Amino acid sequence: MREVELLIIGSGPAGLCAAISAASSGAKVLVLERSFRPGGQLIKQTHMFFGSESQYASHRGVDIAGILLKKVEEFGDRIEIMLNATAVGFYEDNVVTVLKGEKEYFKIKAKSVICATGAYEKSLAFPNNDLPGIYGAGAVQTLMNVYGVRPGNRVLMVGAGNIGVIVSYQLMQAGIEVVAVLDAAPRIGAYLVHASKLARMGVPILTSHTVKEAIGTDCLEAAIVCEVDDRFRPIPGTEKRYDVDVMCISVGLSPLNELLAMRGVEMKYVAQLSGYVPMRTENCETCIPGIFVAGDASGIEEASSAMAEGYLAGLCAAAKLGHVPADFEQRREAYLKQLNDLRSGPVGDRIRAGMKISQL
Amino acid sequence: MRITEHPILTFERGKELNFTFNGQPMKGFEGETIAAALHAAGVKVLAKSPELHRPRGFYCAIGNCASCQMVVDGEPNVRTCITLLREGMRVETQDGKGKIE
Ligand SMILES: Cc1cc2nc3c(=O)[nH]c(=O)nc-3n(C[C@H](O)[C@H](O)[C@H](O)COP(=O)(O)OP(=O)(O)OC[C@H]3O[C@@H](n4cnc5c(N)ncnc54)[C@H](O)[C@@H]3O)c2cc1C
Ligand code: FES
Repeated sequence: MREVELLIIGSGPAGLCAAISAASSGAKVLVLERSFRPGGQLIKQTHMFFGSESQYASHRGVDIAGILLKKVEEFGDRIEIMLNATAVGFYEDNVVTVLKGEKEYFKIKAKSVICATGAYEKSLAFPNNDLPGIYGAGAVQTLMNVYGVRPGNRVLMVGAGNIGVIVSYQLMQAGIEVVAVLDAAPRIGAYLVHASKLARMGVPILTSHTVKEAIGTDCLEAAIVCEVDDRFRPIPGTEKRYDVDVMCISVGLSPLNELLAMRGVEMKYVAQLSGYVPMRTENCETCIPGIFVAGDASGIEEASSAMAEGYLAGLCAAAKLGHVPADFEQRREAYLKQLNDLRSGPVGDRIRAGMKISQL
Repeated sequence: MRITEHPILTFERGKELNFTFNGQPMKGFEGETIAAALHAAGVKVLAKSPELHRPRGFYCAIGNCASCQMVVDGEPNVRTCITLLREGMRVETQDGKGKIE
């Protein structure tokens, strides 16, 4: 069985930054990535990011992935990224089982593990919600921005948060018609800059609306939407039909971290962080010493905080393995300050409350 | 159904590849996933659900939900959204859970 010093699961911004941080302290790192391409969600994000200079604001997400991968290369002898490799099990003796491609199945034993597996897109319950043509908004973004393939001709976007609104705008950029964006909430969740761009292009954003049902035999042909009252109950008689071949679901993300639950890490449902999350210390360490979490897997935030958490988890995991750099405390405090700054302000209130509940 | 003009992106497609879908000859490009190549060719139904045999397309496109599983070169349960297309691949709709040969 292969033995590694530090195993990182996931190569999104959190996993890559953790790898860079740990390797720069001297640790030997193996990164597992189930996709054939590293970078996580960043590779499909063609819009400029918000945030501060230290998190590469005003770069496009896909370019940030490139910058991080260049840094990884500088530590070529200490970081290995294994692609097409899905971690499928995580056991008591820190053995992780891996499925590589379709045929290879093997075990890896790690002294320390950082789980940076990201998130998954939530689904929405309505009749026929499983018809082909109904896709996660992130999935449509991958199809069109990474592969240059049109998801269809006419799109209904469900969810007016940042992702729904940004993907709608990107659909229009690719020449695809967006008939409407709807959201059950009475207010638009997205930042105003994004929402007003859409409004200027003439796309209606329907608040207090939901999907009643999807129609189609083999694929999506139409959607029936209706208004909801202040307790989210459908209002009879308000139904509208949209003939669409694509419906994008963008009703939020949930942390992806079943591997940690399987390992026996203490988990808790924290609504502010969008699902079950591992309890952890300020240093991103779970209740099991040597097992860390970073990025969306520890609660839904943004790429900027995923990077800062990755750097922090990598630093602390390496230190526990005996690789303590001379400036350990300064670096640790700098990352904590970055996280604190990112979580300040009214949007950060929710995250800070969630952090308090999930703190060990 | 490919995007040819885009204000900020350029798509560098790799070599053209031949593959079959349920026996029919198809074309795709190197560097794209099986699901992307099929979608570009207008194929949206990738599988049938195990119990009610309802049509299934992809959903997450990041290898997480199993909605896109197909039989590839005789191997069932291949997540076609994260598996790259290769020359000569035999891709088939999967009905149900798939049998291991
Ligand atoms: C449309 C959209 C717009 C966004 N805009 C912004 C923005 O403007 N600014 C911003 O800061 N953030 C933005 N974000 C959020 C940001 O993309 C995420 O918060 C960030 O990518 C999270 O990073 P991560 O490393 O935790 O997870 P991810 O990027 O999701 O990476 C996780 C990686 O782990 C891999 N993985 C998962 N499970 C396994 C397993 N079992 N084995 C092996 N590998 C596995 C996955 O394949 C993936 O590559 C946006 C997101 C979207 C979808
Ligand atoms: S679409 Fe979800 S696993 Fe492929």
